[in-house]
Amino acid sequence: MSKLSQYFSTRSGLQSSILPFVVILFVATLGCALGNLLFAPDSLFYVSTYTITLLGKYLCYAMLALAVDIIWGYCGILSLGHGAFFALGGYAMGMYLMRQIGDRGVYGNPDLPDFMVFLDWQEIPWFWMGFDHFWFAMIMVALVPGILAFVFGWLAFRSRVTGVYLSIITQAMTYALLLAFFRNEMGFGGNNGLTDFKDILGFSLQADTTRVALLITTAVVLAALLWISQLILSSRFGKVIIAIRDTEARTRFLGYRTDRFKVWLFVYSAVIAAIAGALYVPQVGIINPGEFSPINSIEIVVWVAIGGRGTLVGAIIGALLVNYAKTRFTAIMPEVWLFALGGLFVLVTLYLPKGLMGLYSQYREKFGPKPTQVQR
Amino acid sequence: MSILQYAAELKRRDQVWSFMQDPTPIDISHQVILYVEGLNVSFDGFKALNNLNLYVNDGELRCLIGANGAGKTTLMDVITGKTQCDSGSVYFGQTLNLLERDEAQIAQLGIGRKFQKPTVFEAQTVFDNLELSLKSNKGVLATLFAKLNAEQTDRIYQVLETVGLKQQCFMLAGALSHGQKQWLEIGMLLVSDPRLLLIDEPVAGMTAEESERTAQLLISLAGQRTVIVVEHDMEFVRSIARTVTVLHQGSVLAEGSMDEIQNNQAVIDVYLGEGQ
Amino acid sequence: MKHFFIICSVLLALFSSQLSAQQSPVIATQTQAQLQQLTNNKLRQSLVLLQSIASREGVNMLPLYQSLLDGQLYFIKSDTKLIKVVKEAGKKHYSELFTDREITAPAKKAIKKIRVNNKIRIYLRKQIANLKLTANNPQVRQDAVQSLLRDLTPTTIANIAQLRLNEKNIEVQQMMDLALTLDSAIHGKLAVTQVSAIAQLQGNLEPQVRNTLNALNTEQSHPSVQKAAQQALLSIEQSIQFYGYLDQLFFGLSLGSVLLLAAIGLAITFGMMGVINMAHGEMIMIGAYTTYVVQLLMPNLIEYSLWVAIPLAFVVSGSIGILIERCVIRFLHGRPLETLLATFGISLILQQLVRSIFSPLNRQVASPEWMSGSWEINPVFSLTLNRLYILAFALLVFLALLFILKKTSLGLYVRAVSQNRAMAKAMGIRTARVDAITFGLGSGIAGIAGVALSQLTNVGPNLGQAYIIDSFMVVVFGGVGNLLGTLVAAFSLGIANKILEPTTGAVLASIIILVFIILFIQKRPKGLFPQKGRAAE
Repeated sequence: MSKLSQYFSTRSGLQSSILPFVVILFVATLGCALGNLLFAPDSLFYVSTYTITLLGKYLCYAMLALAVDIIWGYCGILSLGHGAFFALGGYAMGMYLMRQIGDRGVYGNPDLPDFMVFLDWQEIPWFWMGFDHFWFAMIMVALVPGILAFVFGWLAFRSRVTGVYLSIITQAMTYALLLAFFRNEMGFGGNNGLTDFKDILGFSLQADTTRVALLITTAVVLAALLWISQLILSSRFGKVIIAIRDTEARTRFLGYRTDRFKVWLFVYSAVIAAIAGALYVPQVGIINPGEFSPINSIEIVVWVAIGGRGTLVGAIIGALLVNYAKTRFTAIMPEVWLFALGGLFVLVTLYLPKGLMGLYSQYREKFGPKPTQVQR
Repeated sequence: MSILQYAAELKRRDQVWSFMQDPTPIDISHQVILYVEGLNVSFDGFKALNNLNLYVNDGELRCLIGANGAGKTTLMDVITGKTQCDSGSVYFGQTLNLLERDEAQIAQLGIGRKFQKPTVFEAQTVFDNLELSLKSNKGVLATLFAKLNAEQTDRIYQVLETVGLKQQCFMLAGALSHGQKQWLEIGMLLVSDPRLLLIDEPVAGMTAEESERTAQLLISLAGQRTVIVVEHDMEFVRSIARTVTVLHQGSVLAEGSMDEIQNNQAVIDVYLGEGQ
Repeated sequence: MKHFFIICSVLLALFSSQLSAQQSPVIATQTQAQLQQLTNNKLRQSLVLLQSIASREGVNMLPLYQSLLDGQLYFIKSDTKLIKVVKEAGKKHYSELFTDREITAPAKKAIKKIRVNNKIRIYLRKQIANLKLTANNPQVRQDAVQSLLRDLTPTTIANIAQLRLNEKNIEVQQMMDLALTLDSAIHGKLAVTQVSAIAQLQGNLEPQVRNTLNALNTEQSHPSVQKAAQQALLSIEQSIQFYGYLDQLFFGLSLGSVLLLAAIGLAITFGMMGVINMAHGEMIMIGAYTTYVVQLLMPNLIEYSLWVAIPLAFVVSGSIGILIERCVIRFLHGRPLETLLATFGISLILQQLVRSIFSPLNRQVASPEWMSGSWEINPVFSLTLNRLYILAFALLVFLALLFILKKTSLGLYVRAVSQNRAMAKAMGIRTARVDAITFGLGSGIAGIAGVALSQLTNVGPNLGQAYIIDSFMVVVFGGVGNLLGTLVAAFSLGIANKILEPTTGAVLASIIILVFIILFIQKRPKGLFPQKGRAAE
């Protein structure tokens, strides 16, 4: 029985590994929030609203990386189409924000968003119905990408499309959506997408307090999703998922309908991506078809790869680091950024297959205290 | 399945909710647990199985032997749902048609399989490997909220004892030696409590002593369970087998006790003869 | 900038060749005076003046009519001298009207355009056609008759009937006969004459024939004439529809050939080696840029530039491919997803490299003379030559590749390594070297595809990205490791796309095709022509 308690202790030890991260996340977010709200702009402790927004954006990306890591790191499904779920969530939120503009648009039409007036549409299309309610938009944020992920995953996993094939068709999926959303006839603002948002739930999007509130919301949602994902992945369901990643055929011969496990994990991951998109749009202030472009989806994968796939915290750290680097690089020498990003892809896959987290655990194994558990 | 049939099935109340269904009983009223009849499988024109017939009694320990390419592994693939056959029928008991079920469903019926190459979940502990193999509800929601009860934990420890991996309980399966992996895989089969075990080359890579232990284990299993073993090691086959089936070019060449087989002229010509 | 000069110099060369063929005409003084009067810019007078000039002068007035018709005729305000102003590629060229000698550009305000109205334009067209009826070149004569079809006056008909007697060229004869038949269909004294003429017009695809028949298909005509016209129209509509389908088919085949070229290299690297090369599109782009650079280096020999570019692109893309294989891919063997990521990184680097070297803007690659133009099979159906050549070229590359893989020892090694690496190694094949060469071959062919694509689209850093998803779709749809499957897949996707396009529009068509392939792969994960057996798993 002592073995058993030991077993559970290793398990809870796994769970606690997200705790320090969550603490740091909250401290940093709260610090920035207070810095923005309490101090005058010339104070040493002042945090600019620009930084607040930037941080919020990073946290959304972190959430997106979490989504990709769950499906790639734990289940071995390399999705090159998660940008599509992110963008769909973003569009659902964007539609709500568009409806909130009301008659404050350029054309001052109380019933139609500007781009529809511009296209000479007479009435709002059916799929825009209900988006003036926040709750409805929030349901759609999760539901639409969820259903797409379900249908796509159900078709793909049931017919056992795996590995590279799956990656390529997920890429084709986001590419098809990219082409579709560029069309004006789709009714999502075509090339320009949705923008010029005014307020959310009655609060002005330009106000510092709203920005801070959005950042804090993002941080809380990220922590919650991290915690839920941790719970799911350490349950027996999570063990089945890892088993599928390592030898799917074997898992099937144990009696698990692996396709269903994969579909539901895929849906869960897609919904996380969609939530990230929904939080991203009000902070950035625009959503356009560019978010569907395949390169965006692949970029997410590199965040996860750099941070260390198969570790939830690693994916988040990777997203934060790469995006911080991107902001710095593009400001100083924009043309170098793509070289750097490309180089990162190559170097990480060649020399850092387990990412920074892998490097960290390697370091711990070499120099840190030896774990006492290993015995023969 | 036609829509009509499907609708007819929907009308049966007990079929609507799959979790309300009783585990399907296996009808072994004729003592035969596995019927394989007229099975044909071809890959790109190559006939891997050619009108193969095989009947295995309940509780039997059956050995399949045959040269490479005789169709032993393909036969196991068809029984476990991995490979689609061109024609023929495979029944588990009197009533359960295995050909219309997929791997997971077949496994849930109680057919366990051990691969030629040991395949265990290397990134998880030995304990987790066994937990995953437990006979339990394997639906998505059920696994999400599954908790090990005392009975199941005991069962796992009991199996760990049987396969001699108690010391390695919390090691990652990937860190085990080749032989230990073989044992772990056998343990995974045991813990799932199957009716029919299909075992592909269990003693490959084992020492003589380990082989002997495996032989004892398999013999002890037979009786309550049905065991089909594919093996090349004739010594091992002789030590366990009561009935031996010889496959040749995708169909059954001969069937009988080890002595009968060894004296069968056809078998000597195509198989045993090669070595002598 | 330099590129622009190439185009200009080509155009100039073309110009000067025409120029030398024409002798400067001697013009009567009365005509000279009337020409001066043209600059008075009174439209009503212009027609009278032109008619008067035409009654006196012959073929030497052709440049006048032509430039007037094309709106290129200007005069210099100071001395009312007529000049021709040709706008080419955003730049204006000034020349004397009858000699075509280039003159220095006058100030913009110093010249004025001579205006024409529709009435004059109609007159000019007829006049030009009439003049050209007697030209030496049979093609010019044929075109002239064709342009006269829309306005058959008794004088023109008499003229044509006269010329028909001495016409030797069969095609011109046919065109003239058509004109005569058309005339008797319209102006025939008896309904019977009209009906028999209409019967002869059946199946003729000249647009003018259709217009005439439509005009005859009214209540005013004799009932039998109307009926005959209806019948003829129906048959014409049918054959137009038929040629419309043929046209779609050709465009489909053309798109298919582009897809084939783009995918064929991938069929080797992905299909045979199992390497996911996301930088494949960039290999195509590099091939296209190689063409561009070759044309920069030999601006006077554009005609031959492609023959240099094809092998060079193969070598350039191929060596970059080998470099990638040696430096990155070989370390990622058996890890397809990692290979995908690493090669994607490489594709980003290559794109940015091209952006830094050449600029992010699109570059235009010149087409050699022999590739431009089209092959007119009949008035409603013509095949553009560049597409036709690229179609043939794609098939040629495909056959060459098939030959290499099936008949040479390199092909044998490649297939051996792709089927069983360990065994091939044991047999003494130097697998590392075969890998590098195979990858180089695939990349080199992508480079060749780039040369072909540069003839169809603009060359830019994003050229490759546009093709990478399509290429993967083609290879996967056709069945991985199956060259013939790639061929079938490329053409069927190309044709399907072009058949859908008229009803759905280009974007929706490609979306539908993508969705179809996504569904298809889910139904048959191994493509159209899967490899079977245990080894394929």
